[in-house]
Amino acid sequence: MAQAIETPGRPDAPGFPFLAGLAGRDPDPEAKDAIKIRVIDLHFFYGRNHALKGITLDIPEHKVTALIGPSGCGKSTFIRCLNRMNDVIEGSRMTGKILLDGEDIALPAADVVNLRRKVGMVFQKANPFPKSIFENVAYGLRVNGIRGKARLAEMIERSLRRAALWDEVKDDLRKPGTSLSGGQQQRLCIARALAVEPEVVLMDEPSSALDPIATAKIEDLIHSLKELYTIVIVTHNMQQAARVSDFTGFFYLGELVEEGPTQKLFTKPVRKQTEDYITGRFG
Amino acid sequence: MTATADEASPRAHSVGAQSTGRYLKERLIRLGFVAAGVSSIVIVGLIFLFLLKDGLPFLADYSVWSFLGGLSWAPVSSVPKFGLVPILSGTLAVTAIAIVLAMPVSVGAALYLSEVAHPREREIVKPFIEVLAGIPSVVMGFFGYVVLGQAVKAVFHAEVEHNALTGGLVLALMAIPTIVTVSEDAMRSVPRQFREASLALGASRWETAWRVVLPASASGVTAATMLGLGRAVGETMAMLMCTGNAPAIPTSLLQPVRTMTATIASEMGEVAYGSPHYHALFMVGVILFLVTLLINSAARKVIGRFQFKGQ
Amino acid sequence: MMLSKGVVQRGAFWLLRLTCYAVVAATAFILFDITAKGLPHLSWGFITQAPRDRMSHGGIFPAIVGTIYLVLLTVGLAFPLGIAAAIYLAEYARNTRLTRTIRLAIANLAGVPSVVFGLFGLGIFVLFLNFGTSLLASAFTLALMILPVMITACEEALRTVPQSFREGALALGATKWHAIRTSVLPYALPGMLTGSILSVSRVAGETAPVLLTGAALSAAVPGSVFDQVMVLPYHLFILSTNMYPAKVYLPIAYATALVLLIVVLGLNLAAVAVRYIVRRRHSF
Repeated sequence: MAQAIETPGRPDAPGFPFLAGLAGRDPDPEAKDAIKIRVIDLHFFYGRNHALKGITLDIPEHKVTALIGPSGCGKSTFIRCLNRMNDVIEGSRMTGKILLDGEDIALPAADVVNLRRKVGMVFQKANPFPKSIFENVAYGLRVNGIRGKARLAEMIERSLRRAALWDEVKDDLRKPGTSLSGGQQQRLCIARALAVEPEVVLMDEPSSALDPIATAKIEDLIHSLKELYTIVIVTHNMQQAARVSDFTGFFYLGELVEEGPTQKLFTKPVRKQTEDYITGRFG
Repeated sequence: MTATADEASPRAHSVGAQSTGRYLKERLIRLGFVAAGVSSIVIVGLIFLFLLKDGLPFLADYSVWSFLGGLSWAPVSSVPKFGLVPILSGTLAVTAIAIVLAMPVSVGAALYLSEVAHPREREIVKPFIEVLAGIPSVVMGFFGYVVLGQAVKAVFHAEVEHNALTGGLVLALMAIPTIVTVSEDAMRSVPRQFREASLALGASRWETAWRVVLPASASGVTAATMLGLGRAVGETMAMLMCTGNAPAIPTSLLQPVRTMTATIASEMGEVAYGSPHYHALFMVGVILFLVTLLINSAARKVIGRFQFKGQ
Repeated sequence: MMLSKGVVQRGAFWLLRLTCYAVVAATAFILFDITAKGLPHLSWGFITQAPRDRMSHGGIFPAIVGTIYLVLLTVGLAFPLGIAAAIYLAEYARNTRLTRTIRLAIANLAGVPSVVFGLFGLGIFVLFLNFGTSLLASAFTLALMILPVMITACEEALRTVPQSFREGALALGATKWHAIRTSVLPYALPGMLTGSILSVSRVAGETAPVLLTGAALSAAVPGSVFDQVMVLPYHLFILSTNMYPAKVYLPIAYATALVLLIVVLGLNLAAVAVRYIVRRRHSF
C-alpha cells in the first residue's frame, strides 16, 4: 500500500510560492512520509455558495492531520469531501482531484460505497443506531458481507478494544447503544467505524460535545490509532490540535491558508492570518 | 378597545380595579368555551350510553354467551338466532385480507417516497394518494361491486363475484392511503444522522433504507397499520356492496360473508322498534364501538412511544 | 454468486417503485373507469330532472338538492360547536387532566365507525328526541360525526396565528376574548374555511348514518327539516343494488358515481386551493 515517495516539500501554498518552500521544507525526516490522500485544487459549491476555493493538501499516511480554523470556513465541508459524504446534499458540486493511493475518488464514476469502507468517519455528535451495542458495531460488518456469529463476535471485540470501550461494555453487549454516556457513545461510534478495517479515519470535531475527561480519553485513543490508520481530524480547539496532531492545516473562509508540521505552525506560523488566529485575535 | 359605549374612555377604568361587569362577562365567555370543549367528552359518553340503552334489553331475552359465542346469525328464521360469530368472522376475514394486502404495498410505497423518490416525483404521487383517500366509500363499493367482483370471479374462478376476497381487496385500497401517509411520515422523521452514519460505513442507500430507516420507523409503521385496521373494521358501505351479504362463517376466501357493519346497515331498515332483533343490532354496535376504541387507543400508545424515541 | 451492491440496490429500488406506482395506477384506473363509463350518460338534464320509472330513467336532481341541504345544515350545526371547542383548546386550555381527557375524547370520536354514529343518531335524534326519520336527525348525526375534523382543523388554524398578535392586543388592555375576537379569529378564519370545506366533502360522501336516520327512497325534495331526504351516496347505493336489467341501470349508476366523485374531489381540491392561497397571502 506504500506509495512512491513524493518529492520533498509541499505543493505551493496558494499565491505564495516562495513561502511554500519555507513551509514545506522541513528538516524533520518525517517529511518524507508516504502520502495517503492527495487533494489537488479542490473547489466545492453548495448551490451558488463557493465553499471551498482551490484546496491543495497532502494527507500523510499513519499520521494525524488536524484541520483548524474559525466556524463555517470549510473544514467540515472539506473533510466530508474525502469520503464523498457531501454527495447526499442536494445541489452540491465538486471540482478537482482527490487521490486516494493514487486513484481519483472525486470522479463521478468512482465506487463511492467502497470508498466509504476504506475511509471511515466519526461525526461531531455521536450517532449510534437505535440498536444494541453489538448490532451497532456489527452493522458495518454485516453490510460488508461478514456472517457467522463467532466471527462477528471476534471482530466486534477487537474493534471495541481498539476503541478503548471493551472493558466498559463487555458484560452486556445487548444493551442499546443509546444507553451509554456521551463519551462512551462516541467511542462506540469509533469502534463501529474501525470494525470495517478502514485505512483512513475522518473525525469531524469528535469531542466538541464531550466533557474534558471524555475528551482526554478520545485524544489518547487517537494517539494509539495512528499506528494502524491515517487520521484526519477537524477541531475548533487549537490546544487539542496541538496535543494530538502531527500536521495541521489552517482553513479560513474556504481557503487553505497554511499547512505544515504542527509544531512549526503553532510556534512559527508563516502567514499573518494564521498567527492572528492562533494568538486568538479572531475566531 | 372597549366593547360597550359607556366604557368608551380608557380612563373610565382605574388601573388595578377590575370592572366587575367586564370580569363577569369574561368568566362567562370562558365557561362557554370550556363547555364547548367538554361537549366532546359528553358526546362520547352519550354514544356509549345510548348504544347500551338500546342494546342491553337484548340480554333480557338472550344470554350473553348465545350472543358472543353463537354460531348462527339468523334473525328472521322461525327460531331467531343472534350469534355474533358469523358476522364477526366476516369482519375478521375481510380485515385480515385487507391488511395482508395493504401493508406490504403501503410500506413499500412509503419507503420509496421517503428514501428513493425525487422531490418532484413526490409532488406527483402524493396527490394520487390523497385522491384515493378521498373517494367516498360508496363509490369504492360501487367500483368493487361492478369491476373488481368480475375480476375476482374471472381470475380465481370463484362461484360468486362478491365474496370475502372482493371485499378485502376494496378494503385494502381504502386502507392504503392511511398506512402510506403515516408510515412515510415516520420514515422521513428518522434523523439524518443515522442515514449518514450508515453511508459512512460503506452501506448503499438501499441497505441504509432497509437496515436502518425501516427498523427505526417500525413503531410508526405499526401505528399506521393499526390506524388502517381501525378504518377497515369500521367500513360499512363498501362491505355491504361487495361481500355478498351472507352471514356465514367462511371456509374459503371466495365465499360470501357479512361484516358486522354491513349487518347493522342492511337489517336496521326492516326491524321493528323494540324487538329483540332491534336490540341485537345495537349490541353489535356496542361491540363495534369497543373494538374500534381499543384499536385506536393501542395505535395512539404506539405513536406515543415512537414520538418519545425520536427525541 | 454474490450480486454486486449496485445490482441489488437497483433491483430493490425498482421493486419499491413498482409498489408505489401500483397504488397510483389503481387510483388512476378507478377514476378513469368511472369517468369513462359515467360521462356519456351525464347531461344537464341528468342533473336537473327527477328520476322516473323506479330510477331507470331521468336524473338525480332530488338527490343533489338533498345533499346540498344536508351539507349546509350539518356544517351550520357543526361549525359553531367546532370552532368554540377549538378556541378553548388553542386559547384557554392548559395542560390539565381535563384538557387531556377532552383531546382523548376527540380522538376517540374520530375513530368511531360511521354506522355506529348512525345507530346513535337513530337512538337519540330519531327516537328519543322525536325528530323522526328526517333531514334534521341526519344533520345532527353527521354534525357530531365531523366534529373531530372540524375541531382539529380550526385548532390548527388558530395555532398558526403568531403569539405576538395576541400579546399585542393584551398589552393594550384588551380582555382575552376581545383579543381573540379581533386579533386572532380574523386571521384564523381562512384556515378554518379549509377545515369546513373538508368537512363538507366528507358529509357529501357519507351514506351509513343517513341510511339509519333520514334517508328514504322518496323522489321528493324535502320541504321541511322534518321531511325525509334523498342524498347522492344513498341514491348510488340503491341504484347499484337494483341493477336489473343491468344495461339500463349501469350507465345511470356510473353517471351518479361520477357526479358524486366530482363533488367530493372538487371540494377537496377547493380546500387545498384555499389552503394554498391562505399560505401565500398571509405569510406571517
